[in-house]
Amino acid sequence: MENILSVLVFFPAVAGLLGFVVNKESARAYGITVATIEFFLSLWLWFSFDMSKAGMQFVEITPLIPDFGISYYLGVDGISLFIVIMSTFMTLVSMAGMSETKNIKNMIITLLFLEMTMVGVFVALDAMIFYMFWELSLVPMLYIIGAWGGTLRVYASIKFFLYTFTGSLIMLVGMLYVAYIYHDLTTVWSFAITDWYALVLPVNIQLWLFAAFFIGFAIKVPMFPFHTWLPYAHGQAPTIGSVILAAVLLKMGTYGFVRFSLPMFPDASVMAITPIAVLSIIMIIYTAMVAYVQKDMKQVIAYSSVSHMGIIMLGLFAMNAEGLAGSVFQMLAHGIISGALFMLVGVIYDRRHTKLMSEFGGLASVMPKYAVIFGIMLMAAVGLPLTMGFPGEFLVLLGFYKISPMMTILAGTSIILGAIYMLRLYKLSFFGPITNDANRNLKDLNHRETWTLIPLVLVVIWLGVYPKPVLTPINNSVNALLTFMKDKAITQEAKDTIIVSKKDKGGA
Amino acid sequence: MLESIHVSFESLNLITLAPMLIAIFGGLIILIIDLINGKLDKTLYVMLTILILFIDFGAVIGLHTGERGFFNVMLIDGISIISQLMIIGGSMIFIPLALTSKRFHEYSYPEFFALFLFMVAGFQFMVATDNLILIFVGIETASLALYTLIALHNRANSYEAAVKYFTMGALAAGFFAMGSAVVYGLTGSIELYQISDIMATRMNEPGLTLAILGSSALLLVAFAFKLSLFPFHTWAPDVYEGASSPLAGYMSVIPKVAVFVVSMRIFDMYMNLEIEWVRNILLLLAVLTMTLANVMALVQEDVKRMLAYSSISHAGFILAALALDTTEGNTSMFLYYALFMFTNLGAFAMLWISRHKKKRFSDRYDHPYEKFAGLIQIMPIGAVIMALFMLSLAGVPPFSVFWGKIYVMQAALDSGYIWLAIVMGINSAIAAYYYLKLIVYMFLKDPVKDVDTAYYNLSKPLMAVIGLATVATVTAIFYIQPLFHYLYQMISSSGY
Repeated sequence: MENILSVLVFFPAVAGLLGFVVNKESARAYGITVATIEFFLSLWLWFSFDMSKAGMQFVEITPLIPDFGISYYLGVDGISLFIVIMSTFMTLVSMAGMSETKNIKNMIITLLFLEMTMVGVFVALDAMIFYMFWELSLVPMLYIIGAWGGTLRVYASIKFFLYTFTGSLIMLVGMLYVAYIYHDLTTVWSFAITDWYALVLPVNIQLWLFAAFFIGFAIKVPMFPFHTWLPYAHGQAPTIGSVILAAVLLKMGTYGFVRFSLPMFPDASVMAITPIAVLSIIMIIYTAMVAYVQKDMKQVIAYSSVSHMGIIMLGLFAMNAEGLAGSVFQMLAHGIISGALFMLVGVIYDRRHTKLMSEFGGLASVMPKYAVIFGIMLMAAVGLPLTMGFPGEFLVLLGFYKISPMMTILAGTSIILGAIYMLRLYKLSFFGPITNDANRNLKDLNHRETWTLIPLVLVVIWLGVYPKPVLTPINNSVNALLTFMKDKAITQEAKDTIIVSKKDKGGA
Repeated sequence: MLESIHVSFESLNLITLAPMLIAIFGGLIILIIDLINGKLDKTLYVMLTILILFIDFGAVIGLHTGERGFFNVMLIDGISIISQLMIIGGSMIFIPLALTSKRFHEYSYPEFFALFLFMVAGFQFMVATDNLILIFVGIETASLALYTLIALHNRANSYEAAVKYFTMGALAAGFFAMGSAVVYGLTGSIELYQISDIMATRMNEPGLTLAILGSSALLLVAFAFKLSLFPFHTWAPDVYEGASSPLAGYMSVIPKVAVFVVSMRIFDMYMNLEIEWVRNILLLLAVLTMTLANVMALVQEDVKRMLAYSSISHAGFILAALALDTTEGNTSMFLYYALFMFTNLGAFAMLWISRHKKKRFSDRYDHPYEKFAGLIQIMPIGAVIMALFMLSLAGVPPFSVFWGKIYVMQAALDSGYIWLAIVMGINSAIAAYYYLKLIVYMFLKDPVKDVDTAYYNLSKPLMAVIGLATVATVTAIFYIQPLFHYLYQMISSSGY
């Protein structure tokens, strides 16, 4: 199937439209079926993907507005492939594990539209199409937080929307300016990212454009100091909202850096290493400290999620294959692990309608299965070897060590700090005697919850033990990206900093 | 004894006048029908109006560019054709909104439709000439008809709106007349193409700079009133509030298109004479208009007033495109209005279907935000459509107004105004808040009272109009290319 990407993007949207007709009682089954089909389609994409190639595959291009150079242009490479699969996987799992019953049909339809935008962002190769999906993804999320969230839901959803919307408008100006430069040089309008890659821009223009794109992406990641919308969004969002937000929507920001900032502005990216590394380290350490003092379980997970995004950001700007590939791998790991943790918090919230750690204690004795899975996910989040959290974090630190050993050591504290706040959470909630009588008769995981969490556990352990099937294609594309950046860089500093590993260049 | 002047019939080139004459004769026919039988229903008049506009539309399409007629007073260039098409098209979408399920008495008068057609003819005169006197006549014909149409809504605040609009309109007319007089004094001509030639030769004469600047300032004030630019915008929200919703939606687009075309012709002349002052002041007005109107819209409690301020802010965007004075800028201006027209008329039509005879939700406002609380539960499709219009106005892709916005921003970047593009971006972000507010009310809040009559005024023709607007809003990405191509060709062929 040559046009599998279009099918992947629009299948959930069409299903969402048809979903209006489906009866309310059957909506849930409908949604899960659609998400399963979508997941299998993305697996199909994986199996028909040529692992030895580094470039774009399954490319589709149809001019939409030729006078303005906008075309419907999709493609997937080793970097985006797994993020797409992760998105469809997490959508399926979170939908299957969803406990909401209020307005379930609206929720399912919204999720399906959200899935379209998520897949769309990761496969778009035209800046305008990218921007379209990027902006559209805000609307379903706004609705999910605003309609099913906690008491401050309206405030949280508006804050989420306005924050990201403002950032992306600045990015839009940047995009239009790139298109203008492209038009100026070639007299042709084009918004195709692959065309833009060919532009060699003067350093000062690169810096300005880098800044414009940075604002758009950094708010989404969210980088310190733009992260203030995220705790609100997580705090108020329903479980499924948090899962999708942490697992997929945040990745849009880091993916944007890989797709736009690095290859288009290599010199500016190299110059930005230090400031971004400083911000990332602040993000890692500061949010880890904030996570430590939280009383609410979900807030701990939310801040730890921000802290781990710092590792991803650091890896992106390591400018070598280890760091970058580790970073992409960490995006997947973070998506699955933090998604799983949010689902686990959702499980206990459904039972007790509270997320405060002080309300719990000794849960391990009443809910053993729950405690085991929580424990595995927690270890994975901390980055224990043989879990999925380890390879990515390790590679990022290894890669960034070549840039600055000092900063790497500081960033490495994330593992220690992570262990501290996560184990504190575990100790307060799961160990010790049962102090609160309300916890005595809690039921352990039911079938639905068990069977949605077990696949996540399996993936976490599988990719922790044997990450190669995923890392190889990522490595190929990352190496191609770095080679491209090195060739394109105009300053000597950038050429020296960007390191292309010699040994496994793959089939590129 | 005066020598008689012989004018041959061919030299009049009356075909250039045909579109306006069709509208005027159509209006007269409606009046005559009423004389013969006074008991006819409004549906007849609505359909007749649409048919007359249809013929009018055909007559405009049949025109050839680059023609002059009627003693060289009429000018048919690309711009006059596309703007006439937009005016007539917009009017054709507007007029079926008269067919509500509830009876609003202004539509039972055939005079309403006759006046409406006279107004359309007035707008067409404005855009199809470069003669200052004919422009003036066009403005006055259209405005006087429009004042009456507003007042016909027959409520206390409609009279207030009409009188306010009339007063401001008269003031603007005064400024326009004075500005034209100064221009005439300077150049001895009232034809823009001659004026620009003569003015170019007199640019360096000492002592004349002040007069030239003065003429541009007077004209600027006149058009700023008409376009409701800051700080001459204060009348607009009250007038929109007093007028019926569809008429308010109409006023936010069609008259502005006509006035923008005239200001384009006039200020393009000044900017071509390299009077930078005009460009700078236009840019300043554009930035102030879009920003301050946005800020005002944030604090409105009534959706209609919010939409009024929002359309002022959109006019600021378009003024910025005009101030660039490039082909791209002018094209994006038309594209913006063509796209904005559907969305905005759709939004006002949505207000129209929720209109009650009495104010049920607030003593002060017809359409407070509370009225739309929980609309998703009462009227799911209506809520989704309204949300689409709001997202489109906020500039969320791929809905129509987004494309207008990026074309304007791109035009600004092309001319080197990066700061202007950034200001536009920030303004879009501010604007997102008040559009979002309505979405939040509709989707995330519970209904205030259990109102079962949110779609009180709905009827099949209204559904058709809203459906058309929705389709145009959602599928914009597919017709932008031909539309933009056509507009660009027409505008570059007119030399703008």
